[in-house]
Amino acid sequence: MAALRQIAFYGKGGIGKSTTSQNTLAALAQMGQKILIVGCDPKADSTRLILHAKAQDTVLSLAAEAGSVEDLELEDVMKVGYMDIRCVESGGPEPGVGCAGRGVITSINFLEENGAYDGADYVSYDVLGDVVCGGFAMPIRENKAQEIYIVMSGEMMAMYAANNIAKGVLKYANSGGVRLGGLVCNERQTDKELELAEALAGMLGTKLIHFVPRDNIVQHAELRRMTVLEYAPESKQAEEYRQLATKIHNNAGNGTIPTPITMDQLEDMLMDFGIMQKEDESIIGKAATAA
Amino acid sequence: MTYTVDLGVNGAELIEEVLKAYPEKSAKRRAKHLGVHEEGKSDCDVKSNIKSLPGVMTIRGCAYAGSKGVVWGPIKDMIHISHGPVGCGQYSWASRRNYYIGTTGVDSFGTMQFTSDFQEKDIVFGGDKKLEKIMDEIQVLFPLNKGITIQSECPIGLIGDDIEAVAKKKSKEYEGKTIVPVRCEGFRGVSQSLGHHIANDAIRDFIFDKTDPNKNEFTGTPYDVAIIGDYNIGGDAWSSRILLEEMGLRVIAQWSGDGSIAELENSPKAKLNILHCYRSMNYISRHMEEKYGIPWVEYNFFGPSKIEESLRKIAGFFDDSIKEKTEEVIAKYKVLTDAVIAKYKPRLQGKRVMLFVGGLRPRHVIGAYEDLGMEVVGTGYEFGHNDDYQRTTHYVKDGTLIYDDVTGYEFEKFVEAVQPDLVGSGIKEKYVFQKMGVPFRQMHSWDYSGPYHGYDGFAIFARDMDMAINNPVWALTKTPWKKAA
Repeated sequence: MAALRQIAFYGKGGIGKSTTSQNTLAALAQMGQKILIVGCDPKADSTRLILHAKAQDTVLSLAAEAGSVEDLELEDVMKVGYMDIRCVESGGPEPGVGCAGRGVITSINFLEENGAYDGADYVSYDVLGDVVCGGFAMPIRENKAQEIYIVMSGEMMAMYAANNIAKGVLKYANSGGVRLGGLVCNERQTDKELELAEALAGMLGTKLIHFVPRDNIVQHAELRRMTVLEYAPESKQAEEYRQLATKIHNNAGNGTIPTPITMDQLEDMLMDFGIMQKEDESIIGKAATAA
Repeated sequence: MTYTVDLGVNGAELIEEVLKAYPEKSAKRRAKHLGVHEEGKSDCDVKSNIKSLPGVMTIRGCAYAGSKGVVWGPIKDMIHISHGPVGCGQYSWASRRNYYIGTTGVDSFGTMQFTSDFQEKDIVFGGDKKLEKIMDEIQVLFPLNKGITIQSECPIGLIGDDIEAVAKKKSKEYEGKTIVPVRCEGFRGVSQSLGHHIANDAIRDFIFDKTDPNKNEFTGTPYDVAIIGDYNIGGDAWSSRILLEEMGLRVIAQWSGDGSIAELENSPKAKLNILHCYRSMNYISRHMEEKYGIPWVEYNFFGPSKIEESLRKIAGFFDDSIKEKTEEVIAKYKVLTDAVIAKYKPRLQGKRVMLFVGGLRPRHVIGAYEDLGMEVVGTGYEFGHNDDYQRTTHYVKDGTLIYDDVTGYEFEKFVEAVQPDLVGSGIKEKYVFQKMGVPFRQMHSWDYSGPYHGYDGFAIFARDMDMAINNPVWALTKTPWKKAA
């Protein structure tokens, strides 16, 4: 058995991390890989397409009911879905209370201590929007994910978030062994999107590992709480995810230490592509009607 | 005439020598906290209230210690919840020897420990619900409690628990019971000093501003005073209070040793606030002056010279009848203090003392030692500010070694070089110096003795210092088979 591959998907909120990761992992499962998904988002929606469920019981909600995390058994928190993909959701407090970051740390420690990773070829962490605190950086610390895949698009804020995540990866790349696996562009059909994504990847010292085109079939599958791989395995989109899965599979050990850029560099890049005008102060802060 | 203390060594050279042990950057920073007092230097020439250096074994505490341990803890009829993981409350259990009258567990709670004992799930999901439950349990188990305070430990501020909302909700539920949320998370500020300030502000916001001024039946007199900043350690406030009462004054509140919530509530009706520990309660004194027009005066009840001076200063705020009685009080106790001095001065004359304490004591006790013919040759504050050092200049003589936020290493080296006859500091320092063969008294807890305030306290103080210094055990600590080099 090959060594356990631990990967993580990061990206701006709403960019399609969970959709991209579940489709890609379903494709890896079709390739015969044994997969464990660890959802690290308090919303607990990282595994719904695999489990066909709205939301699964989370480690933290069950621990709170039982008294403490020590009172839980692995079977209580682990569900098995499509192609025997095992799924765990960390969960967390409702918005506005407590410490979700500490929740991620607690859950991952519980899973490791209880042998959740035994027998898996892949562990995939699905982490919320941004690396907002130390807790959400847990999956990229030493002995956790070896490669980070950043899901992004040609939108300015998505690229901004990607750069921030690269900064987080850089911090832990020096203290631990984490590397940036690459960018995954989830097409939003913005101007010159592919070129921009490739340029950003270049500046961050990584590569655009795959450009996932926009296809409405993803929504059709989502409405059925399924991945495209399961809903329409013969579709063109399923093939795209299989390509992404293959690239990730062959990307072992090819990750890089990222070279994050400054906000100015990012804006310069957008100007180079003609997306942004050079310092046109007259448009800043002006509403559409005022122009 | 300037009088210079006998340090026995060149102070400036000693400091320079001690600083050599540090890396350059640390030495540069510590140098600002060490000095030798010279007349004319307005703040003893040291910097203070600055973050301690990592690794130096500072003697300081945290904001939680300042609020729960110092200011709020002694309020006996309120229950103080150490909100967060168990350690902070557990290791500060049983108070700082703030004596009180009352039945513990029934109407008084000073030496009990209440904690929310945070577990992992409380961190992750927040502790507000648990806090509510604790308060419900307190209401059932201790129905005679007069109020509750929530003393925040570090995690409360990190996870953003809304203790203010819980306090408000529960207060309404319990028909207006006073519930005070205190944001004294330990990571705030550089020492316990910020905790004092935060606790003072909480009294202002949740006792003064939220209490109906007519809640308690209160008939004022022209002679009402409040003792501010006496924590009744070993009974200090009691031996102070009797003097004020003998002067003809009425003490309407003790802050906060043996204090109660009703006393806090009534304090804005005082005619004069008399302030002992300036550091921990100047904030609320200034507030009462601004808002209620109550003047405040600092006083010092250590040793007959300072007591006499202070009694007259306090009497100066009142009419001649008080002034006359004050002179009677001074005369009455002079017999006692003369006898104490006659007994102990010959045994203590010329003995040299080094101090390192908190609050007011690094300066306030100097007079008491001098009354016994002793000399304080070195002193410093754990968490003093610039205004404390300014006040210290009126107490110390030229040549006194001054060390702010002293480190374990510096204190040891200073004592080694100066060879005082007595060191007065805390429990963490006690055994270090006793093992060096130097007599030691704990000057936070009075070494399980006290009171030291007032005339009665002075007699105990004198006995204790004699007991420490002239203990025959010190003659036995020299290794008999080793000849002096």
